[in-house]
Amino acid sequence: MQWDIVIGLEIHVQLATQTKIFSGSSIAFGAEPNTQANAVDLAMPGTLPVPNEQAFRYAVMFGLATNAEIGRRSVFERKNYFYPDLPKGYQTTQLAQPIVGPGYVDIDLADGSTKRVRIHHAHLEEDAGKSLHEDYHGMTGIDLNRAGTPLIEVVTEPDMTSAEEAVAFARKLHSLVTSLGICDGDMSQGSMRFDVNISLKPKGSDTLGTRTETKNLNSFRFMEQAIAHEVERQMDILEDGGVIVQETRLYNGDRDESRSMRSKEEANDYRYFPCPDLLPVEIDDAFIEDARARLPELPDARKARFKEHYGLNDYDAGILSADARLAAFFEQTVEHGKDAKLAANWIQGEFSARLNAEEKSVAEAPITGAQLGALVTRIADNTLSSAGAKKVFEALWSGENDDVDAIIEAKGLKQVSDTGALESMVDEVLAGMPDQVAQYQQESDPKKQKKMLGGFMGPLMKASKGQGNPKLFNEILVRKLGG
Amino acid sequence: MTISRKDIEKVAVLARIKVDDEQVAALEKDLGNILDLVDQLGAADTDSVEPMAHPLDAVQRLRPDVVTETNQREAFQAIAPATEDGLYLVPRVIE
Repeated sequence: MQWDIVIGLEIHVQLATQTKIFSGSSIAFGAEPNTQANAVDLAMPGTLPVPNEQAFRYAVMFGLATNAEIGRRSVFERKNYFYPDLPKGYQTTQLAQPIVGPGYVDIDLADGSTKRVRIHHAHLEEDAGKSLHEDYHGMTGIDLNRAGTPLIEVVTEPDMTSAEEAVAFARKLHSLVTSLGICDGDMSQGSMRFDVNISLKPKGSDTLGTRTETKNLNSFRFMEQAIAHEVERQMDILEDGGVIVQETRLYNGDRDESRSMRSKEEANDYRYFPCPDLLPVEIDDAFIEDARARLPELPDARKARFKEHYGLNDYDAGILSADARLAAFFEQTVEHGKDAKLAANWIQGEFSARLNAEEKSVAEAPITGAQLGALVTRIADNTLSSAGAKKVFEALWSGENDDVDAIIEAKGLKQVSDTGALESMVDEVLAGMPDQVAQYQQESDPKKQKKMLGGFMGPLMKASKGQGNPKLFNEILVRKLGG
Repeated sequence: MTISRKDIEKVAVLARIKVDDEQVAALEKDLGNILDLVDQLGAADTDSVEPMAHPLDAVQRLRPDVVTETNQREAFQAIAPATEDGLYLVPRVIE
């Protein structure tokens, strides 16, 4: 049987504010446990929450960037449940009147087409603390530094029909919030977390099947795997004549398996009600216009500019414009390196490969765009061969030296492009290899001749201590051998 | 209006309150009376009334995004039943 896949996403985006959503505690990452948890965050009796204006500003900016209606009047509600990392016994969130109403995001697919994914709404809420289940004498450790960190939860319509579309949407959202500067986008630190709702229905049917929710996916790769895994699981059940149970599942990316967390029967009854500690928040035109004025260049506009201004192709422009920090790195490189295409190649090649291999983000890269730009300049003006350029890159990356020209000088990597010097080297080498020269000259197939040239290059590079410009060597060789 | 035993047991579980069988019988009566009282509100015509989010007719003030709190972990942990390595310790939670 053929099935249609229906996917909706819920995405928690951690806002890059200085302080918590309801208190003046810092949310800086990496602090000692509970040193950023004050009386409000700990739910001490008699405390009152006061909402963070910046969290609202960021939410409004998100709304404007996703073509959404802004909730002029939004209301906080209490979502009640017990868990030790939630000291109040409820999460303060929004339900009926969220800050961001219906909107949409357009995503680019691999086949070149564009698809519109509708956003149902996005609301502001607080994060919970962290439970550490390592053994503390049979007890659980609680760190409440994260409790009260501002989040927006983005809820999409079930508009996606494949893992590819879901991941494309997730990447686009990541690109949007990092470009807006409202989220640091650091997924390994939980700055963006994805819940995926999946159901299947017989191909062409209008009736939605029962859905499951797979929670807390924190990488695009795990998201893709989890969707593939869940689709297959549901398909197996349905094709065996079984029924899907509406439930929440946890996916283990390392083992590619999932398990049920809780089913609907035992699902929490959250007993939402308006939070009496907080008045309704009203957003006026001035606030919205101020937020609009703060909107930076968004990824779609940046991509168009990269194509137009730097002459990049669609693929390169798409990759380099998606991540705000990578885009800034690219522009810094071009500013110092002139040649945009060469800069694009180095960033997508050597630079990205090293970041991936060392699991570093662009911000953590040990080299700057200015340094890579200087390197690109020396490749473009023929000072460096590609092999020499890799050596310079290596020295920059390892921190051995931070100046491109100094590295070239110290390592003797400057290519010899002086034709006179190169010609005499060629003469010398050819004089020492009369048999090969004769063979070359007797060969009538130009293809084979071309191959035979390689035999002279080794000795030439050796004679020039690796510094001869290979392109020029080649030209001289062809001329001399031919004549 | 009546409230069933099952409802009382469910509410007790959600509120993490232990209720024994004798108490359930008494609660059935007491909660039933309270619900009867609340039920009288149902007679009011609310068709044209917007649901109220807050009894005060006022708007929330927002706070600038500036760190104003300092680390007072020692003071807070002095009154906690169990702490270690700066963490609050609680009975083991199994996910």
